[in-house]
Amino acid sequence: MEGQSKTRKSAGLIFKLAGKLGPLLALIVILLVFTVIDVFFISKGVSNMKFLTPGNFSQVIGQTVVIAIGAVGMTFIIVSAGIDLSVGSLVAFTGVTSAWAITGLLKMQCPEALAMLVGLSVGLMTGAAVGLINGAAINLGKLPPFIVTLGMMEIVRGAALQWTNGVPIYGLPDSFRALNNAGLTFPMMGQTIQIPYSLFFLIVVGVAGAFILRKTIFGMQVYAVGSNENTARLCGVNVERVKLFVYTIGGLTMGVAGILHASRLNSGQPSEAVGMELEVIAAVVIGGGSLMGGEGTVSGAIIGAFIIKFLRNGCNIVGVSPYIQRIVIGLIIIIAVYIDQLRRRSASASKG
Amino acid sequence: MPPLLRMQDIHKSFGATRALRGVNLEVEAGQVHILAGENGAGKSTLMKILTGVHQPDRGSIEFQGQPFRAHHPKEALLKGIAMIYQEFNLALHLPVHANIFLGHEHGGRCLLDFTAQRQKTRALFERFGLDIDPDVPVGRLGVSQRQMVEIARALSVNAPLIIMDEPTAALSKKETAKLFDVIRALQKEGVGVIYISHYLEEFDEIGDVVTVLRDGEPAGCMPMSEAKPETIIQMMVGRKIEELYPAHNRAPGETVFSVKDLNSTNGTRGVSFEVRAGEIVGVAGLVGAGRTEMLRALFGLDPSQASEIAVKGERVLRPTPRALTLRQVGLLSEDRSGEGLAQYLSIAVNLTLPVPEKISRNGVVSNQRLHELSTSLMREMNVKAESPGQRINQLSGGNQQKVALARLLGAGASVLLLDEPTRGIDVGSKAEIYRVINRLADEGKGIVMVSSYLPELLGMCDSICVMHNGRLSRKYPVREIDADRIMALATGLSEDEALGATA
Repeated sequence: MEGQSKTRKSAGLIFKLAGKLGPLLALIVILLVFTVIDVFFISKGVSNMKFLTPGNFSQVIGQTVVIAIGAVGMTFIIVSAGIDLSVGSLVAFTGVTSAWAITGLLKMQCPEALAMLVGLSVGLMTGAAVGLINGAAINLGKLPPFIVTLGMMEIVRGAALQWTNGVPIYGLPDSFRALNNAGLTFPMMGQTIQIPYSLFFLIVVGVAGAFILRKTIFGMQVYAVGSNENTARLCGVNVERVKLFVYTIGGLTMGVAGILHASRLNSGQPSEAVGMELEVIAAVVIGGGSLMGGEGTVSGAIIGAFIIKFLRNGCNIVGVSPYIQRIVIGLIIIIAVYIDQLRRRSASASKG
Repeated sequence: MPPLLRMQDIHKSFGATRALRGVNLEVEAGQVHILAGENGAGKSTLMKILTGVHQPDRGSIEFQGQPFRAHHPKEALLKGIAMIYQEFNLALHLPVHANIFLGHEHGGRCLLDFTAQRQKTRALFERFGLDIDPDVPVGRLGVSQRQMVEIARALSVNAPLIIMDEPTAALSKKETAKLFDVIRALQKEGVGVIYISHYLEEFDEIGDVVTVLRDGEPAGCMPMSEAKPETIIQMMVGRKIEELYPAHNRAPGETVFSVKDLNSTNGTRGVSFEVRAGEIVGVAGLVGAGRTEMLRALFGLDPSQASEIAVKGERVLRPTPRALTLRQVGLLSEDRSGEGLAQYLSIAVNLTLPVPEKISRNGVVSNQRLHELSTSLMREMNVKAESPGQRINQLSGGNQQKVALARLLGAGASVLLLDEPTRGIDVGSKAEIYRVINRLADEGKGIVMVSSYLPELLGMCDSICVMHNGRLSRKYPVREIDADRIMALATGLSEDEALGATA
């Protein structure tokens, strides 16, 4: 019995650690596994080093930044016990409006710097405005966020297609393309290493998001609303205002993501990013977010995004088919949440 | 003949916590066995071991003369031990009869026999003398009726042993009396009942034998005929509680809170009253009389119209929770887990939610201030917890209630609206909460205290109002009113009739 309680105790400790560091550990394990496989292939003379190279890493970072930034906004929404299904459409729409404004201004002989400034602001404001409308509809109509944002997903997609007549917007300046394709380069060990500019966007958005959610009164109120809306209301928290801000912040980050996505494609594509919301939600959940609200961290969500993307990238390099990749990622989502549940159960059992 | 149930030398630990140490329990057929003890004394754990939720580390269980072990509640139920839980386990969208026969439905392999279920449901309710439509979805029933459905479910399997965990917490006096009739009928049929309750006065009325647990150990077992209430309390807390209700002699000051003609969509009708500084105003009434609704409307949680709500003489034009919090009015919710506290957040966050300005600078939370404020509030209310960072759901009911009360103190409330402040908490915590409420009144705060427990109102309050059907009586000084008269007013008799009732 003594032994049993000891194992219980240590299991509890492991779960507790896993809860804090779990997503990061999982990411490290994934990186290690693919590196080992990669090295194994090299030793067989099958290929050169492909996975653990600066080139590949900066590639993956460029791909991840979009959903990672989206996941920062989604963390706010999920912590508040909400959901946003309009992400993919909104990423396409903000990319389109941004590209439309920039190319339009350039045609009017506007200086490139000004065109960029205005164009990027238009993208961000479109995102924030759609988020604000989501929040307002949820508040005013007392509607479930799932329904409102499901409707918004269709509305915004339709708006993007109507705006462009279904035709992508090309003719963007190099400075726009550079946002999520170029980066700081410097030589290291005989190779040129590139740190994509987009990584800095992610760092800024991530640090700001984490700060707001963990360190401010507003952030605390987001957790309170998500954990128990009635308690928050009882304590005089303006629940409606909190939700309005949450969805607006969500929309704003989707604007950033939309601009970076358009930059990567070097065009405003109205039919892009279909289903991206699921990837973004998955990133938050893998990172420890609870769809019941009240739980989730920005850092976890960003790591979750990297887990998804490195898994895809690694599978590609190792030669796992894209079909199998989807199966693997599906399993990872379920396992991540299962482990989280185990951890929670062990935590509540120890109260006695 | 062996007893119906014999649990011997039961031990159970969770990690480092030793929940049960050498507990014995013997229940005879046809006996009502009271299981008493403070929250955390091990009553629930003992029952969870009996019904197979937990497995004992050591000890033996015999049921009907045979060694007994269940691995989950359903197995225990099939073997003849039914449990009525304190928290409802009902499917709110399903009709009453479907809830009662959930898991042991009537019918063939795939088709349900609704007619049989309805008939049996009606027959069960007839034993209570109750009239609940078997086809109504449970979600549309009130709390007390849901409790009756829960009880009917346990009776539907004809178990020889029934465990009842605080079955009367949500019942009115009349319904409680009905329940006791049912228990007596079961007793005659030879059914054994384990009855868990915090209401001492129920013990005498329904119990044959009482077993008291304290800190996971047996503190005593005796026939009810020999057990005096003081003895039981002493066994529960391990010390004497001389005065559960602190003596008070206050002279209330000026009016700090007043309401005139409050009407709300949830049934409050024309309520007016005043609270003075240093006054505890009790609000008595039956379950469903609209007391909680009145407080919620007052606090702006439900839509209402009042011709005037005033705090310290200053009129509140738009009563919202925020506006009232800023004017130092605080509400303690009757529903700790659903509304009062965010169960999965830390004690510190729960304590400081209404006062962001006290723990932050320019909207940024200062961890130091958060820690300092919550630690001092926890110390003031004697909250027993590992740290301010501990989650609420890991605390006992009594400690949770202390946190909820500490939050009002932290918000600097000078008018406190307390809804059932001691519901479902143990005697020790109750005494502490009474002391705090009394101290607050001595300090000149105005307090409204809603309670369904009359001795508590009579012991604590300076004056008492009685609510019936959404209407509030005038305020009676506590010396001029007694339990009989309160009950008469609560059941809807007019003031004159109520006077006659006691004369």
